[in-house]
Amino acid sequence: MNDGSAYTAYHPRWSRPRMSTYWWLQRRSYLRFILRELSSIFVAWFVVYLLLLVRAVSHGDASYQQFLGWSGHPIVLVLNLVSFFFVVFHAVTWFNLAPQAMVVSVAGKRLPGVLIAGANYLAWALASVLSSWLLLGG
Amino acid sequence: MAKPRSIEPLLWLLFSAGGMLAALLIPILLFLFGVAFPLGWLSPPGHQHLLALLHHPLTRATLFLLCWLSLFHWAHRFRYTLYDGLQIKHLNELISVVCYGGAIVGSLAAAYLLWRIP
Repeated sequence: MNDGSAYTAYHPRWSRPRMSTYWWLQRRSYLRFILRELSSIFVAWFVVYLLLLVRAVSHGDASYQQFLGWSGHPIVLVLNLVSFFFVVFHAVTWFNLAPQAMVVSVAGKRLPGVLIAGANYLAWALASVLSSWLLLGG
Repeated sequence: MAKPRSIEPLLWLLFSAGGMLAALLIPILLFLFGVAFPLGWLSPPGHQHLLALLHHPLTRATLFLLCWLSLFHWAHRFRYTLYDGLQIKHLNELISVVCYGGAIVGSLAAAYLLWRIP
């Protein structure tokens, strides 16, 4: 703002080129970004799938068996395979980003990122082993 | 005078917590129930075992947190995916209502279904 600026009735037009709706196809890193963002859809799908499983188990053995049969339907299977790819992609990108999001200091020194990411991967492994043990063992 | 508080930090907190819990638990659960059991790589747990597991309060609490936070993670991230990917910022209100409204409805459904496990 200088003294030369004056009120104008018409706002000057911004010089902003219109971006293509498909800007994320232009570069591999953009595509990776949008795929990572899209992973949330498959996270939501899993919640629906989990709740259907919980409902089936609550209704008794017959509906649980029906759910297991339905989970083998080709469309459901393909959807779950695609979802699995996306949720793993989400997990890996999430844990790799953790060092940037968490700043952990020990004795006044910042902990190296590798350790923070490593701790996240360790927690992932423990959570997976515990879940498998609860479901398959015992 | 205190400034009016924005709900945005709370939404980011739910997004982060959901992203973390989803990353820790969903891959293994989806692998087992979505891939390994249907394809016959592993035999699924029996009904009795699964019911006993789901009956435990700790399991229910964990699954509720997983559903609730994952849904809010989805709502927040998907909202921004629509903004950035499709550049439809002018539908701001509608998108927010659909995303967060969907997450609230889904969380209530999760609470109800987990609550009435026999």
